[in-house]
Amino acid sequence: MSDRLSVFKTYKLYVGGKFPRSESGRVYEVTDSKGNWLANAPQSSRKDARDAVVAARKAFGGWAGATAYNRGQILYRIAEMLEGRKAQFVREVADAEGLSKSKAADQVDAAIDRWVWYAGWTDKIAQVIGGANPVAGPYFNLSSPEPTGVVVVLAPQESSFLGLVSVVAPVIATGNTAIVIASEKSPLPALSLGEVLATSDLPGGVVNVLSGRTAEIAAPLAAHQDVNAIDLAGADDVLAKELEIAAADNLKRVLRPQPVDYATVPGIDRMTAFLETKTVWHPTGSLGASGSSY
Amino acid sequence: MASAFEYAPAPESRSVVDIAPSYGLFIDGEFTEAADGKVFKTVSPSTEEVLSEIAQAGEADVDRAVRAARKAFEKWSALPGSERAKYLFRIARIIQERSRELAVLETLDNGKPIKETRDADLPLVAAHFFYYAGWADKLDHAGFGANPRPLGVAGQVIPWNFPLLMLAWKIAPALATGNTVVLKPAETTPLSALFFADICRQAGLPKGVVNILPGYGDTGAALVAHPDVNKVAFTGSTAVGKQIARTVAGTSKKLTLELGGKGANIVFDDAPIDQAVEGIVNGIFFNQGQVCCAGSRLLVQESIQDELMDSLKRRLSTLRLGDPLDKNTDIGAINSEEQLARITSLVEQGEAEGAERWSPACELPSSGYWFAPTLFTNVTQAHTIARDEIFGPVLSVLTFRTPDEAVAKANNSQYGLSAGIWTEKGSRILAVANKLRAGVIWSNTFNKFDPTSPFGGYKESGFGREGGRHGLEAYLDV
Repeated sequence: MSDRLSVFKTYKLYVGGKFPRSESGRVYEVTDSKGNWLANAPQSSRKDARDAVVAARKAFGGWAGATAYNRGQILYRIAEMLEGRKAQFVREVADAEGLSKSKAADQVDAAIDRWVWYAGWTDKIAQVIGGANPVAGPYFNLSSPEPTGVVVVLAPQESSFLGLVSVVAPVIATGNTAIVIASEKSPLPALSLGEVLATSDLPGGVVNVLSGRTAEIAAPLAAHQDVNAIDLAGADDVLAKELEIAAADNLKRVLRPQPVDYATVPGIDRMTAFLETKTVWHPTGSLGASGSSY
Repeated sequence: MASAFEYAPAPESRSVVDIAPSYGLFIDGEFTEAADGKVFKTVSPSTEEVLSEIAQAGEADVDRAVRAARKAFEKWSALPGSERAKYLFRIARIIQERSRELAVLETLDNGKPIKETRDADLPLVAAHFFYYAGWADKLDHAGFGANPRPLGVAGQVIPWNFPLLMLAWKIAPALATGNTVVLKPAETTPLSALFFADICRQAGLPKGVVNILPGYGDTGAALVAHPDVNKVAFTGSTAVGKQIARTVAGTSKKLTLELGGKGANIVFDDAPIDQAVEGIVNGIFFNQGQVCCAGSRLLVQESIQDELMDSLKRRLSTLRLGDPLDKNTDIGAINSEEQLARITSLVEQGEAEGAERWSPACELPSSGYWFAPTLFTNVTQAHTIARDEIFGPVLSVLTFRTPDEAVAKANNSQYGLSAGIWTEKGSRILAVANKLRAGVIWSNTFNKFDPTSPFGGYKESGFGREGGRHGLEAYLDV
């Protein structure tokens, strides 16, 4: 009996909760670390990027307005779904990064644990970084963090899955919506993550995954007037500078590339980078000022 | 409106402040001339009287100041926080002691009423130094992890609308966290920063920790671009903020920006009208409206528009415009001829675009830069005066019918710094505050500031927060 012929997968983008091909009709060849063909990945165009912004903007109100408890449940659900499809991700990460099965499994385990870690943050971050301010006067005021809005994330180029999860989870944990540009060389784990997100109760448009040439996709996004922030993790120095200059046009929040050890438990700065602080004041009246009681 | 009793003049004495005919740059603890000998004059906007001649810092001076700050950084950052705290407490105390002098000085140089410098600016300036003094030895507890480190030399550029208060917002947290400072005050209001240099001397602050470089935009640009500056903090226009963001792109300089605003002040039909009117007046006529968080767009629920506008116009008729040194003055001078021209041109554009202009009967002094309190009705969202920051005593009035419409109109702006909500219904305050995209929201009050409270904008009003625990972050390696 001959060997069974396997079924290849057509990798597609994940935009607005759907799986479109690139509008441009282009694909590019993705190979493993030894140069063997793995798949054709969609090569996103400027139009795909703009569609992703529309989807992310549309999803923002609902996601930002969801309760923190609800967001935590959904992030945890993502971890649950990943756990069940671990074998697929281990294979994809091993191929992408040239790792042994066991090393790749460590990466995937860490990535799943990271979703769980951020799932627990959704309803705590406001208490940790917000609070009541002791105003010198008859006023009450409260500072609370709010999501910045639509965040473009250039996923790290080398760490195709753990790095990816480490930059996406903090952005959406706090209520932002994201447009993720997958690792240019190793986009397949990111594209597969889209399939997991689609089945994790995450509303369509909260995370949008694009693959292709990082510089080509990032340029229109950094200049896009309806994007509020950009994480340059996956940009080299030259690209980062160019994108930061473009981002100044509507004063996007910029997180510059920095050396990160994705294996260690992160701090909260990837969350705070994409939060605004809103301070709301209200008079309290000056009770007891003249010996009155209430 | 004629009144039975007129106010007698009640001028504050100028004799409490001694302005020298000329001032140098303050570098490394010394006053010094500019390397190229350039000077400029600072005038009193209410009289156009030349107050003093000021050295104008050029690129060489910027370099010298940054080098002095770098040298001072080594020792200053190594001091125990408790020692830095004591310096800041000293500064705070000296500001309190000299607050009358500084209030008069600020009014002379800026043109704002003595009532405001005396009762708002100076108390807040001292409070900021007190507040951040107390953080200097508690940084481990600020929520940024153990032992957060200062960044190094901070280049700070501040505007002319609150010269000393903006200096306090910038310098107090920078010093508390162990950074050293090169600060450029605005070209029209350099004096209080130079007096602050003298306060640093009285406090015994080590040389080079604070350097003051008066100058124009090119001085600020040189400071921002200096390769040995680690942190840039800017308060001013959105256009300049964007330029600065481009300049620091690709560097490791940390940046915070406090930029323009077009604050919506939303009045619902159940609002306490008299209080709302006071809040509207305070929101747009405080400091002649030259405030980035001014409530310059009044959104009034249609059903109470007539009643509110009648009250508002009646109230505006009682505002007293004139000598800023008079304690009864509500509206002082516009800060500069240039700013007056900008306000005038935007107001003319408002009229040309069809909005209806109104001002109370108001006599303007014959010298100095003045603009009568002005309001525009029949304004739509498309009007320039509803979109662009005017930075003057000009209020644009729009209407709405439902809370959703109010929120939509309030958020329809490139800016997101401040907003006001007036209603007696608590749940409406919370719901609307939740939906507004702005960094500071005042409900049933307006223009309140406090050093414990983070201040800063969403969208193109800039990023980063000043004040409170959040204000420390801009000066730490976190």
